Amino acid sequence: MDFLRPASWEEALAAKAEHPTAVPIAGGTDVMVEINFDHRRPEYLLDLNRIGELSEWEVGQENVRLGASVPYSHIMEHLRAELPGLALASHTVASPQIRNRGGVGGNLGTASPAGDAHPALLAAGAEVEAESVRGTRMIPIDAFYTGVKRNALEPDELIRAVHIKKADGPQQYSKVGTRNAMVIAVCAFGLALHPETRTVRTGIGSAAPTPVRAKAAEEFLNAALEEGGFWDSRTIITPSIAAQFATLAAGACNPIDDVRGTASYRRHAVGIMARRTLGWTWESYRGNGRSTEGAA
Amino acid sequence: MGVTGSPTNIHQGTRTRGGIGESTLRPDGILKVTGEFAYSSDMWHEDMLWGHTLRSTVAHAEIVSIDTSEALATPGVHAVLTYDDLPTSVKNYGLEIQDTPVLAHGKARHHGEPVALVAADHPETARRAAAKIRIDYRELPVITDEASATAPDAILVHEGRSDHHAGHVPHPNIVHRQPIVRGDADAAAARADVIVSGEYVFGMQDQAFLGPESGLAVPAEDGGVDLYVATQWLHSDLRQIAPVLGLPEDKVRMTLSGVGGAFGGREDLSMQIHACLLALRTGKPVKIVYNRFESFFGHVHRHPAKLWYEHGATRDGKLTHMKCRIVLDGGAYASASPAVVGNASSLSVGPYVIDDVDIEAIALYTNNPPCGAMRGFGAVQACFAYEAQMDKLAAELGMDPVEFRQLNAMEQGTLLPTGQVVDSPAPVAELLRRVKARPLPPERQWEVAGEQADVRALPGGLSNTTHGEGVVRGIGYAVGLKNVGFSEGFDDYSTARVRMEIVGGEPVVTVHTAMAEVGQGGVTVHAQIARTELGVAQVTIHPADTQVGSAGSTSASRQTYVTGGAVKHSCEAVREKVLEIGRRKFGTYHPAWATAELLLEDGKVVTDGGEVLADLADVLEDEAVDIELEWRHRPTEAFDLRTGQGNGHVQYSFAAHRAVVEVDTELGLVKVIELACAQDVGKALNPLSVEGQIQGGTTQGLGVAVMEEIIVDPKTAKVRNPSFTDYLIPTILDTPTIPVDVLELADDHAPYGLRGIGEAPTLSSTPAVLAAIRNATGLELNRTPVRPEHLTGT
Repeated sequence: MDFLRPASWEEALAAKAEHPTAVPIAGGTDVMVEINFDHRRPEYLLDLNRIGELSEWEVGQENVRLGASVPYSHIMEHLRAELPGLALASHTVASPQIRNRGGVGGNLGTASPAGDAHPALLAAGAEVEAESVRGTRMIPIDAFYTGVKRNALEPDELIRAVHIKKADGPQQYSKVGTRNAMVIAVCAFGLALHPETRTVRTGIGSAAPTPVRAKAAEEFLNAALEEGGFWDSRTIITPSIAAQFATLAAGACNPIDDVRGTASYRRHAVGIMARRTLGWTWESYRGNGRSTEGAA
Repeated sequence: MGVTGSPTNIHQGTRTRGGIGESTLRPDGILKVTGEFAYSSDMWHEDMLWGHTLRSTVAHAEIVSIDTSEALATPGVHAVLTYDDLPTSVKNYGLEIQDTPVLAHGKARHHGEPVALVAADHPETARRAAAKIRIDYRELPVITDEASATAPDAILVHEGRSDHHAGHVPHPNIVHRQPIVRGDADAAAARADVIVSGEYVFGMQDQAFLGPESGLAVPAEDGGVDLYVATQWLHSDLRQIAPVLGLPEDKVRMTLSGVGGAFGGREDLSMQIHACLLALRTGKPVKIVYNRFESFFGHVHRHPAKLWYEHGATRDGKLTHMKCRIVLDGGAYASASPAVVGNASSLSVGPYVIDDVDIEAIALYTNNPPCGAMRGFGAVQACFAYEAQMDKLAAELGMDPVEFRQLNAMEQGTLLPTGQVVDSPAPVAELLRRVKARPLPPERQWEVAGEQADVRALPGGLSNTTHGEGVVRGIGYAVGLKNVGFSEGFDDYSTARVRMEIVGGEPVVTVHTAMAEVGQGGVTVHAQIARTELGVAQVTIHPADTQVGSAGSTSASRQTYVTGGAVKHSCEAVREKVLEIGRRKFGTYHPAWATAELLLEDGKVVTDGGEVLADLADVLEDEAVDIELEWRHRPTEAFDLRTGQGNGHVQYSFAAHRAVVEVDTELGLVKVIELACAQDVGKALNPLSVEGQIQGGTTQGLGVAVMEEIIVDPKTAKVRNPSFTDYLIPTILDTPTIPVDVLELADDHAPYGLRGIGEAPTLSSTPAVLAAIRNATGLELNRTPVRPEHLTGT
């Protein structure tokens, strides 16, 4: 196994072009586990840790441009206001030590359905900045996940950053695991209210071959909120609407039975999390901030 | 050239008296917290090779052929060994039944069984070479449960059994069977006003010690081998290793190196023989370190069990009878299964008075992972079931579950189903009273005035799944019965060598035993005992090795009792000898030498009236007193194979728990808020260590209540979650407040009146948590660990 250590982004792109099988490594959260388990013996490891800019972020008018290696602990500490859903998701990642090393770029690169960041990115709306020696392109997050642990990157491309829409309303994130910390998701759910466009977006983790949005649930809820005038009245959402939203969210799952949980439990839990996160965000939208976020 | 990093020398010098009853600090505590302690995996030797074990990828198969040629041809490889390379006719080992091949021969009986060994100059080279070994397996149907094991046409896991249990078991795929019959359970059942029964399932728990199996074997010039290893019982290892190597025991010199936890998982051999074989074959030191994945295959687990129980009671709440059948899955090799059967059956009644019982416990041979010793050893599975039964009975009778238990609680003088009388304090009712009397933790602790919900206090924790929705509190109680020490007639002795000499004008004591310090704190306690007995502040604990007699196993909650007893015994002999020297030298100068009761205190010989007669420095001068003695507790008896009668156990140990849980009833997630424990310890030799043992045992019991389980595929008998990614153990956020209430009611038969403590809390913690979850949800929950699916019916 050769260990490539580019000193700059340009060198990294060149190395990736020369060795398309090279596996990029930053925090190592996924890559090191795979190597330790002998699931994978890449010919080349491409160490991105010398490239300082990958750990930087910029807050713009519309978006946050988040460097691929910005550690989760920084997102929790510094981007809570702009990216509340992702900040909550970050808090569920592994242990403090790993949150100090791991970043969203790795989650996207691995594209595991269980990656903690994905539901938050899907709900907020995001684009992945992918680059190769051939140039840069922006991949909408909805088109990024192409299969189990597969993504839309070309073999010579690296993830430089992800552009995430700044929150224009309350966001929530819930994850079910069978222990109270440091656990891989059995399933997860992200929800963001977008009052500017009067829409709701969602993201489901670990309950389908890829991270997915619950599109039918979103469409139903968008129509119901519009029809009932809820965005203006800010009244409590009718329980039957919340229940139908939850049912449709559960229906968006295409889960499997595995060692971490059963398919039917995953469907059930996604429904519960959909109802609860909708309740929390809507309470917050109504001006009652008390239960906006878990005070984690 | 020598071994670096191990063993860690422990000098426990202190200005304080530091005798028994004080919370002296662990000599290895700071080293472990700061990461400086040398564990067995940290050892290094110049010119050493790395050993690697190739393991079976299937659970049950004939091994048609093994081709090692390509592996042997790999540059950097020094040796590749298979069964055919074993040097003597002794090719098996085992704790009680020698049924475990050093390397698989003809047949692989479980997933992960060692088949071949490689030694190479780099661990990665060894791993890659092992991958080039070609094994042709012809797969066989897997035996995974009682039905498949005892079917008329069942394949025998071990053909041609000749062990001492073979003659009395009903089927060759049953390792051992122990019935216990006392009174007339059927007749007593007729007197019962209520009868409850239930079938219970206990999942396979792993010891999950943090230091993986590892050791270093160094070939010696005399043809022998020096083995540095993390284990629980050096002499038991030695007895199994030497015959396979074809060496006399004195040519296999073992030294304990830093042990990162054990919990029963190091009672069986892992890499010991393998490393020695490779070292003797190559003439070079060989180190083997398992990684976490391999560790899940490298040691036995807690027996998963199916338990059927029936209890009856009269309307006024007195137990009438109990019938039970306990089926333990021993997996492919016997390991400690026979003794676990003995425990499960003899402790199946729990800490209750029941005169009429009909009990049967068996352990199966299957193709599942081998199971053996783990903290609680057969008593854990039974406690989970009988405590569920007690709650069912109390509910049926409309009684308070604690009062019902107290009404039937065993006490000193109670006759057990084995016919053994409990002849030391058994404060079962009092322990329950104490945990119940504690104030309950406040309700809804996640609510912080004017703030967001503190999710750390809620089920789901940082995963932010509830802010109070669906959360219901539950409270549950349990109490357990555990034996201390090795039972059923085993000669459960220990040995201690104690030396007193004068160094730099000060008396110094060295305590040398073969006790495996696995984290339990024996090294702390031995120094305390020596200070108390010999009045000397400076005590050195010699590294544990086989140059001294056996200390027995660090298991069965026995080391403070038995090796502590041996240290006390040898100290007493040293004291007598010192006084004898004193009398010889100074007896004529002071009549008290002949007439008074003499003590050793603060480095001096004093009368019981406090008069100083001499400094130890003057008594001993350049003479050293050095005594090695064995010590035994009261003998036990075997259980009768038909009736189960016999004084089988040394001592009993009791703990009670109250669990308070919050359950998210919609998502099926659990947060244990508090696990209060009360335990009788006889005498707390080191109160801080006692509290640590109780908290650790409690947490290990919590783990198997809500998350810890090795999942074995019933179709293939392969392990599905051999990693800490999917075998979950409690984090600190899963660990509740554990208030501990310690009773000290002396057992007059034991040194200082102490009672073995390490296991009892592991028993009652699990059923208390389950009872609390049942209380919160109203669900029956006959299985542990309980999973979200069970709580949500999905």
